[in-house]
Amino acid sequence: MKRNRGICSIRVVLFVILAGCFACKTGWCDELDRFSALEGTLDIAGGTAHIPVMKDAAEKIMAKNPKIRITIAGGGSGVGVQKVGEGLVHIGNTGRPLTAAEIEKYGLKSFAFAIDGVAVAVNPKNSVNALTSDQVKDIFAGKITNWKDVGGADAPIHLFTRDEASGTREVFWEKLLKKGPIISAANVVPSNGAMKVALSQDTLAIGYLGIGHVDSTVKAIKLDGADPSQENASSGAYKVTRKLYMNTKGEPSPLSKAFIDYILGSAGQEIVKKHGYIPSQ
Amino acid sequence: MRNLTHNRESRKWLESLIELMLLFSGLISSLVMLAIFVFLVYFTMPIIARGDLLNLMSWNWRPLAGQYGILPMAIGSLFLAVSATLAAYPLGLGICCFIHSLGLRSVARFVLVIIDFMTSVPTVVYGFVSAFLLVPTLRQCFEHGTGFSWFAASVTLTVLVLPTIVLVIHTQLRQLGSESRLTAIALGISPAQTLLWVILPQASRGLVAAALLGFGRALGDTIVSLMVAGNAPQVPHSILDSIRTLTAHIALVVATDVHSATYHSLFLSGLILVTISAMVNASIRWIAGKSGAG
Repeated sequence: MKRNRGICSIRVVLFVILAGCFACKTGWCDELDRFSALEGTLDIAGGTAHIPVMKDAAEKIMAKNPKIRITIAGGGSGVGVQKVGEGLVHIGNTGRPLTAAEIEKYGLKSFAFAIDGVAVAVNPKNSVNALTSDQVKDIFAGKITNWKDVGGADAPIHLFTRDEASGTREVFWEKLLKKGPIISAANVVPSNGAMKVALSQDTLAIGYLGIGHVDSTVKAIKLDGADPSQENASSGAYKVTRKLYMNTKGEPSPLSKAFIDYILGSAGQEIVKKHGYIPSQ
Repeated sequence: MRNLTHNRESRKWLESLIELMLLFSGLISSLVMLAIFVFLVYFTMPIIARGDLLNLMSWNWRPLAGQYGILPMAIGSLFLAVSATLAAYPLGLGICCFIHSLGLRSVARFVLVIIDFMTSVPTVVYGFVSAFLLVPTLRQCFEHGTGFSWFAASVTLTVLVLPTIVLVIHTQLRQLGSESRLTAIALGISPAQTLLWVILPQASRGLVAAALLGFGRALGDTIVSLMVAGNAPQVPHSILDSIRTLTAHIALVVATDVHSATYHSLFLSGLILVTISAMVNASIRWIAGKSGAG
């Protein structure tokens, strides 16, 4: 029996190798070829929205090129800028354009690779499907505190917002609240994942998260008549969007450059799409 | 004979080496503590020099509007640590009394095993379970709030600091108990009386240490308050209100831009935490010293 299983697994391995060869011929491999002459470690840190894309790309690259090691850490956009600027990582990700001060201080170079929209979301059991941006503004300012005032049930609104370091919060605050206030009684969650958990558990909750993170556990709200879909975000019909950037200190090193080119290439942009973001290329 | 002297010599030498090593490790740990304090003060100085201290020591945390008050977080930390310690302490003392004389030996042993096990459960597990079980329950049971609250964090922290308190008191009681057990039996005092009139009055050092360690653990915990307390930067009006502790504040803000005033508030947060901890330590020791025992 054991020997049988061994033969079986050898067959599986052979099949994978064969499949890999076919994949090469069909063009999938070309994108990874640029790494063949390279080796070393590539450290990436920064915005949490970037992590799924970076991880996926890194796995594909490392599987084909064992001499390359890619590490990915989160931390938020602020950490991305700080770490790449101080030379602690090779690529620092941000969910916002760099400020003039940051570019000047560290000599950073930016590469936009995806567009991310921020959706206002509620619990799937909530009957409210659409809101205007003014209503959302009033809700987060604490002026509207009951769901019945926006066409829902007669129940209090439970507010959830993101932490100070969140790029998602920044987009939401600038593009939707137009820098309006968020009352301090709002609960603060530290990640897109935690926001999803909070919204999916609390039927009276309202919050916001990256469109790429919206799934069946939460309900994205139609804002000023526009669905927060990737298409609408891409076409500009949905306004609460941001670009995702990779940043390097000065000109990227050969390995960093190969990685950035891979993300911006067709295979990388497929990965971007797969994780719910809109390709920038 | 010569051999014996030689042996004694080398042992002496070994003992002084051990003494030196112990002194060294003691020195290092106190130096680290001192360094942390100096570091915090050093990084807080620029804030004071720029006159931002008043802004930081205010009641409103609205970084987007230029207000960086961290007093709500200081209050949050203090309230949460005090409430959790107050809840856990009597519970812990009760469990210790149960283990030592009041309960059945087999049950007592079982309880002790459970408590031992509780110390090894990672904090994040408590936070996780609490966020998925306690918080929704609170939300359904009470009209007020989202469930993420001072109360939820307080209950979770009570469970978290309980084993610390129990183990410290237990160690002290066991030591005293073995000393006085035979005497007490000879005098015909029941185990419960022994505990109440003989052992507990002698155990004040352990009782104080348990309170200190429990409080320190509750004050220093980050992940439970981050996951369960709701993190709203406000002074709570009800135990069901969302609060933010200084530790959670540091965790939430540490990823922001290093040169912003938001980031600078971290150093003062750290300083306040260390100061609260030191003050509570000192005052409880002072009270214990005054009561004569210990």
